Amino acid sequence: MKRRAPGWLLASGGLMAALALLPAVYLGVRASEADADAWGMLLRDRTWGLLWRTLGLAAAVTGCAAALALPLAWLTTRSDLPGRRVWAVLLCVPLALPTFVSGYVLLAAFGTGGALEEPLTRWGLPVPPVYGFPGALLALTVSTYPYFLLALRAGLQAQDPAWLEGARSLGLTPARAFWRVTVPLLRPAFASGALLVGLYVLSDFGAVALLQYDAFSRAIYVQYEGAFDRTYAALLGLALVVVTVGVLVLEVRLRGRAGYFRSAKGAARAAAPVRLGRWRVPALLLCGAVVALGVGLPVGVLLYWGVQGLSGAEGPVLGPALNSVLASALGASAAVLGALPLAFLAVRYPGRLTVAMERAAYGGYALPPIVLALSLVFLGVQALPFLYGTLAMLVLAYLVRFLPQAVGTVRSTLLQLNPHLPEAAASLGQAPSGVFRRVTVPLLRPGLLAGAALVFLTAMKELPATLLLAPIGFDTLATRVWSATAEGRFAEAALPALVLLAVSGLGVGLLVSQEGGSAPS
Amino acid sequence: MPLLTLDTVSLRYTSTGTPAVDGLSLAVEPGEVVALLGPSGCGKTTTLRMVAGFERPDAGSVTLEGRVLVGPGTFVPPEQRSVGMVFQDYALFPHLSVVDNVAFGLGALSRAEAQARARSMLKLFGLEGFESRMPHALSGGQQQRVALARALAPGPRVLLLDEPFSSLDSALRASTRVEVRRVLKSLGATVMLVTHDQTEAMAFADRLVVMRAGKVEQVGTPEAVYSTPRTAFVAYFLGGTNLLPGVGFGNGARTVLGILPVAGQAKGNVLLSLRPESLRLVPDTDSVAVGGALRAEVLAREFQGPSAEYTVACGGLELTVRGAPELALGPGARARLEVVGRAVVLEDSPE
Repeated sequence: MKRRAPGWLLASGGLMAALALLPAVYLGVRASEADADAWGMLLRDRTWGLLWRTLGLAAAVTGCAAALALPLAWLTTRSDLPGRRVWAVLLCVPLALPTFVSGYVLLAAFGTGGALEEPLTRWGLPVPPVYGFPGALLALTVSTYPYFLLALRAGLQAQDPAWLEGARSLGLTPARAFWRVTVPLLRPAFASGALLVGLYVLSDFGAVALLQYDAFSRAIYVQYEGAFDRTYAALLGLALVVVTVGVLVLEVRLRGRAGYFRSAKGAARAAAPVRLGRWRVPALLLCGAVVALGVGLPVGVLLYWGVQGLSGAEGPVLGPALNSVLASALGASAAVLGALPLAFLAVRYPGRLTVAMERAAYGGYALPPIVLALSLVFLGVQALPFLYGTLAMLVLAYLVRFLPQAVGTVRSTLLQLNPHLPEAAASLGQAPSGVFRRVTVPLLRPGLLAGAALVFLTAMKELPATLLLAPIGFDTLATRVWSATAEGRFAEAALPALVLLAVSGLGVGLLVSQEGGSAPS
Repeated sequence: MPLLTLDTVSLRYTSTGTPAVDGLSLAVEPGEVVALLGPSGCGKTTTLRMVAGFERPDAGSVTLEGRVLVGPGTFVPPEQRSVGMVFQDYALFPHLSVVDNVAFGLGALSRAEAQARARSMLKLFGLEGFESRMPHALSGGQQQRVALARALAPGPRVLLLDEPFSSLDSALRASTRVEVRRVLKSLGATVMLVTHDQTEAMAFADRLVVMRAGKVEQVGTPEAVYSTPRTAFVAYFLGGTNLLPGVGFGNGARTVLGILPVAGQAKGNVLLSLRPESLRLVPDTDSVAVGGALRAEVLAREFQGPSAEYTVACGGLELTVRGAPELALGPGARARLEVVGRAVVLEDSPE
């Protein structure tokens, strides 16, 4: 049965799709206005250097995160590591670290005037280099290895134990069976992890900007802040978009041809955990070291500076916190409301047009946040001067930025709604309006609220768009951490950062508990 | 001299629970196809996995061609056992093509030799032309034959099959069974398989091992086990039966159905097994009872294609009778019951 979608629904969906595409289109328009001189500037050596540094960082972080996550994933799923469930949770905690908080932590610990700089020097120990490449690599690896860990754990748990047993019965030692069967079968998990982490690094602003590593997003910001002509910034932004899209295309090309599902039905046996024996202590040390770095160090540094900040009675936190809550709540509501028509159309009236509209909403993902923010700045200055510099502009930025996430959660909520339930209500004599009010809305409400909460918690830690688009004097927690850290006032940044960490932890907890129902633990 | 010997093998999965396998002993001769048969949870798959080396018994030993695979202080890991295994879900490696799956266990050969050997194994199972396919692009029957080819390629001393035909639909099952048995016999393979399907076990195996609660209940050729079940459990599991208490007097026994001929010797109070096909149902046309025949009332009829199964009440008992499907006897119909076969004396006590 093919039904046509109502006109008002199509119109509102089309509006949302257009809004989502607006920044990318506008960036293109702005770049096309550039003259030959500006294009010449783009092609000079500096840009190539940026490109290499950006790609190099992405590759290095992806490699380090994968190499770190593979043993951790294996230990927490396949071995008899003591307390492996607890380790699995602790090892995922760094997901809650916004990268500018990771950057803050490294600077506040080992940077100039950092908490550990002076003691380490006094004891004659080397202070880890945290500015530039090493710092960015460390901060981003710690923030991103959990993506690999989650993907690899899911991959390992989905593997049929009979594959490994088959390899053993065909004459392979456990170690060789691991490399010839287990690891090749994790290819999709590696691929999806690498894509997530690679895109994360390409679009990261907080860590590279704070740790002063000259990657694209930092250069764009510096150009925007310092230069009178912002065309070069727009061209750099466009270049970063091209790189991002290139990575996406490459990933699709590289995806293997094999189907990685179990080849037949039937209950899989749970595999007995591998006994670690004398490797138990090194395994525990590895997990402990990673948790110390990803959880212990941030919490310790934040508490240390937080206590310092309290005694010094520096900068109030309440004002920025209220601002953060206000902007995030408005942004989350806008994103979920905007996602409703798109998701509803795609689920209930699937067709070429409606699917294209839904895809358009994902445009925000291809646009690194700093580029999105920059494009909206141009748009505001040139086309919407009455909005530029108001809270509405920031809410619009949040709407476009978080529309993909909102569409995703709304869509899955809609998919869980059994279409027979509204039909049953109709067959019991309810008119369409009654069906909507008495069945559809009550069933969708929890999912929509959870989706909004998730967007809210993500928006709380948004940095680049807030930095560029918030009204003057409208400080949020994220911008407070940013400006205080940039000026070396670590104590002032600690309290807002702690609040953000708690908020972000709540978000990750919510996400995990939502997905926990379907995923094996 | 048996090829494979299991000597009082036991395994408990939990330290307090009942044993999954309890003091099981078994010998498999070279070139023989042995089926472990029993309901789920009887320990048959666990037994298979102990031979493969995926489970380690708490007690007892497993010996293959005089070499102790597992025993006190000895444990040969699966990869050094020369034991092939075909898994219930086949466990084909989804990242490897058909020919690479079959060549997987041929690491001792050069790549060219391994590929040639894999191709010849595939040919044996009628899979030429499928070499470069991926496993998910095969039908269930083809996947199963690839799994067999893969397990046989390295030349294992014994081949283990875990519910080999259960993933196939019933139409394919019978023809596949015949074909696979023919290939395995032509190779002279020694095979141990696990199944809960009595038809499959009787059709495929040279010898049956009926298991119950981790122990062997009866061993023998399919014909012997079917015609002379040792216990009511075996009789029920293989083809279903009627149980009758009786009093034996040599080659006969007195029961509520009258005096029945008995296979073997019966003495004192005994429990008898009478197969459904040992009874015959005749429409009760005469109003006068014919001498020796028993009156019965049909309670239910289940059509099964080549035959029909009737549940009848007779002499205060409910009996199962196999009869011709064209017999016009619905529920409530009166009929005469005749005993046409022999009863078997079971070892179980009558009560």
